[in-house]
Amino acid sequence: MKYLYYPGCSLEGTSVEYNISTKVLLEALDVQLEEIDDWNCCGATAAESNSHLLSYVLPARNLALAEKMNDSKQILVPCSACYLNLKKTEVAIKKDKDLFGKINTVLAEEDLVLKGDIIVRHLLDVLSNDIDIETIKETSQNRLSGLTVAPYYGCQCLRPFSVFDDPEDPHSMDELIQATGANLFEWDMGGQCCGASNTTTKPEAGMALVGRILKAAHGADAILTVCPMCQMNLESSQKKISHKEGIDLDIPVLFLPQFLGLAMGKIPKDVGLDLNLSNTGPLMKKAI
Amino acid sequence: MDKIGNEQLLDEIGPVKEMLQTCIQCGTCTASCPNNEFMDITPRHMWRLLLTDHAEALFSSKSFIMCSSCYYCTLRCPRGLELTSAMSLLKQAASRLKLKKFKRSSLFYDAFLDSVQKHGRVREMEFITHYFVSLKNPVIPFGYASLGLKLLAKGKIRPEFGSGSSGKLTGLFKKVAELEA
Repeated sequence: MKYLYYPGCSLEGTSVEYNISTKVLLEALDVQLEEIDDWNCCGATAAESNSHLLSYVLPARNLALAEKMNDSKQILVPCSACYLNLKKTEVAIKKDKDLFGKINTVLAEEDLVLKGDIIVRHLLDVLSNDIDIETIKETSQNRLSGLTVAPYYGCQCLRPFSVFDDPEDPHSMDELIQATGANLFEWDMGGQCCGASNTTTKPEAGMALVGRILKAAHGADAILTVCPMCQMNLESSQKKISHKEGIDLDIPVLFLPQFLGLAMGKIPKDVGLDLNLSNTGPLMKKAI
Repeated sequence: MDKIGNEQLLDEIGPVKEMLQTCIQCGTCTASCPNNEFMDITPRHMWRLLLTDHAEALFSSKSFIMCSSCYYCTLRCPRGLELTSAMSLLKQAASRLKLKKFKRSSLFYDAFLDSVQKHGRVREMEFITHYFVSLKNPVIPFGYASLGLKLLAKGKIRPEFGSGSSGKLTGLFKKVAELEA
């Protein structure tokens, strides 16, 4: 199996461990990744808050660059915000000819042409649909069977496009977690919002949303995420929120491929566990 | 309120009103919004103000910048209205009109896009430094200092101060501005 790879900006900076662990896991699963040459930022939520056309042009440039590569017609994206921006462009150009035309007028500045034959896939989509789950089962040998983990999906890999999971009641991580031998933490917060950039621009509102999720996860051994923004929000304010709420809400937060990698026998450093902001020490102790 | 009247505001948001013509005021959007308790007027109320041409009242509230793009309202709207996109279009209008009330959010997005235009990718440290400087408030950054130090210690961000490189995506940004003018 081979996919084009779009890491996105966060995976080069604040979520570098998501990049490391995605590559390590997919290699172990015999999946090849070919990074898109000269990819650019997808625009995050900044472009759509500023200019309608720019919010399509930035992802479109990446799709056009991907089309020039002959390795695959599918792009694998680990970051949910990047995934949504690339996906929304893939979908929009099929419906809106006027927008499609304008995008190509802008891309002509860089002698690029967008044809529109690329399919954008989220990492979780590929893991839960394309990968043979038996490989994870066989390699895991119940290494992490003593752990109970809470799958957290966030918003933008689920909504507005329902591609690979139920956007109201997501379960695509269940089978992957159970394949490792670990237990599922039962909760209904998996698809709730982490507050996104409100944690920076409107902290009072953002922190309230993070607090709800951390409180609901109380009792689990870890939260698993598939988005750099969710990961940052859930990890970075645990002390502040614990202090405010008067209970200890400290909990390890791992990217899904970090957890799957560990289950399959990778050592913590291989999956970038030293780079997490939350304290992953208790998790590793309990797992051993 | 800035010195921008109801008429000019209506002009700016005409396309949003067009999008929402079939709203039945059921309030599913409000009930689904994770940020509604931090809004002074609810999403349903916003759409009502918009449809009845009360643009000044709409922009005197900060509700739409509270939207964190979770897409629950879009998913659940019984009329299939793209309400999250409507929120974004209102953010775009506030940014275009340079409304003072929304300055902090606009500066955040501007700083982000500035970094993207320059380098093609966002450099997180440069962007957040630029944002804090543009706020012209020396107190706000302290709230984020401990996180910043943690990220520096992990080698996840690097101190960068205006690398002065020529804009990698300036051609694209210019063409977009030209087509949107």
